[in-house]
Amino acid sequence: MTNIIRLDGLSKHFGSVIGVDDVSLSVRKGEFLTLLGPSGCGKSTLLRMIGGFEEPTAGQIWLDGEDVTDLPPNRRAVNMLFQDYALFPHMSVGKNVGYGLKVAGTPKREVETRVLEVLDLVGLADKAGAAPHQLSGGQQQRVALARAIVRQPKVLLLDEPLSALDANLREAMQVELRHLHQKVGLTFIMVTHDQTEALTMSDRVIVMRAGRIVQDGAPQSLYDLPGSPYIADFIGTTNLFASRIENGRIACHGQPLTIDPQSILPGARTFGFRPEKARLLRGDANGSNLLRGKVAEVFYHGSVARIIVDLGAGQVLVDLQITDAAAGLPQLGDAVAVEIAAHKIMGFAAEDAA
Amino acid sequence: MTLPLPLRVRKALVLSPPLIWVVLFMFVPYTILFVFSFWQQQYPTFTPALQLGNYQTLISDPQYLRTLLRTIKIAALVSLFSLLLAYPYAYFLVHKVRRPALRQTLYMAVVAPLWVSYLLRAYTWKTILGTEGILNSFLISTGILTEPSPIFLYNQTSMVVTLTYVFIPFMVMPIYAALEKIPRNLLEASADLGMGRTATFLKVTLPLSLTGVVAGFTMTFCLAFGDFIAAYLVGGPDGMMISNVIATQFGASLNWPLGSALALVMLVIVLAIISVSDRFERLGKGAFA
Repeated sequence: MTNIIRLDGLSKHFGSVIGVDDVSLSVRKGEFLTLLGPSGCGKSTLLRMIGGFEEPTAGQIWLDGEDVTDLPPNRRAVNMLFQDYALFPHMSVGKNVGYGLKVAGTPKREVETRVLEVLDLVGLADKAGAAPHQLSGGQQQRVALARAIVRQPKVLLLDEPLSALDANLREAMQVELRHLHQKVGLTFIMVTHDQTEALTMSDRVIVMRAGRIVQDGAPQSLYDLPGSPYIADFIGTTNLFASRIENGRIACHGQPLTIDPQSILPGARTFGFRPEKARLLRGDANGSNLLRGKVAEVFYHGSVARIIVDLGAGQVLVDLQITDAAAGLPQLGDAVAVEIAAHKIMGFAAEDAA
Repeated sequence: MTLPLPLRVRKALVLSPPLIWVVLFMFVPYTILFVFSFWQQQYPTFTPALQLGNYQTLISDPQYLRTLLRTIKIAALVSLFSLLLAYPYAYFLVHKVRRPALRQTLYMAVVAPLWVSYLLRAYTWKTILGTEGILNSFLISTGILTEPSPIFLYNQTSMVVTLTYVFIPFMVMPIYAALEKIPRNLLEASADLGMGRTATFLKVTLPLSLTGVVAGFTMTFCLAFGDFIAAYLVGGPDGMMISNVIATQFGASLNWPLGSALALVMLVIVLAIISVSDRFERLGKGAFA
């Protein structure tokens, strides 16, 4: 597939503060790409540079083979879905959606048809005459979406599109955005700090930290093969601990664990395992690769209970799938054992666990 | 032991000071004016009556209508020039001045003169525009004039200049507030959808700041419309305002009934303007809900 966007050594400095630091990246046509990272990692600045709202300090932006680095936003074939929608309050929904078509000198009749088409696509065909403030948050979001795609941009930029919605609506919109992406076949670049959102919606996730890309991959590879303790902890939850490998074994808070030498580099210094990949056993259970401790806290989530096990020298998290409620939950202070298969332990070269 | 007062009494207690104020200083005087406007002048005093003679005089004697129209013209010009100066200034402050401290300083530079006595500010223009004034001495020193010219003072132009200077803060403040309230991402959205700067200004910024323009226009117009000090200082006979005529009726002419009728006509005009602007503002209210 062809690249629709290429970023070459893109940097943005705000005075002495570095917002984006030498980022190079290609986005394939039709891809749903997500820039993920904590606030202040530069993901929004990167998106705003692609949209033309920030001028890069260095580097180039190529859109469909054309250098658009110095073009203002109104001369780029990209459109943005703004975080708080940015609907024009003094125009009707229909006028808002048709706003961008007028520039292109589209005949009035055609503007009307296309506005209705795209409003129909987001399920708001009957609201063309309404004022934006008469709509709910979710509906306003759809109008903003319709307005952004009606010009059929080469790339649609989505800046934290779901952060202003409440939890239920957010999940529904996640699904809807994905369906829309499949239906219209546009390239989507989304910015979010919500890792669930990133994993659920995208084809590819770029994790950013302090202005740089730290990992680039499909959602599953990010989760299962995190490149650093930072990502292991940022995407999902990981029990991280420092240790050295001695005779194929490591120490987790003082207790020995066997590792799989094939999946872990010999120089690894930081290790971890995911709470849902370990098994919680009774204290008197026997087995290999067991960590023994006491239940320190229980968080009940309905389908799962997350248990904090105190190993004496430290604590680990273990998820307990609740398949039979009658079995009951472990009680505080119960002696338990945590079983973790050797190949499920991840190892990383030395880096501070963020 | 004190008994808690009933709710109605407490409500009345809270509301009574402003209520008394409004009744005593607004309702009663206006009622008196209203009643007086139907009385009859019988020099050197006036007697109670119920007749429309005073209003007839206002219509039949052209000097009143002329003064009223002149006052409306001056007030409208003051509002217009205030707008032409204030809008670019407020726009510059909101969109071009990046440093908040500088923006605040420049904003205060417009607002601060309000703390100086009105009289002093109007009087300043007398010293600027007069024959011994700064403008004349400047023009003579540059050789444009050979001797001081009296044409700058005591006419309608000097009225408009002075009143514009005096009331321009009331135009800057609402426009600044309206412009500042426009979310920046609306302008970005407009650019994103392909509009250039001028188109964005005309289609987004201007319509959304119109409430501020209307509020500023209403305030400067009503203030200039009712002004009578500037006319004394810089107006001259050609710059007389309707308020000066009213003041004369209550003073030298000793014709309170006619003065009352004039004052009521003026009040009706001001109320009409305020209600029109109020309706406009309510029209735009939904825009920011």
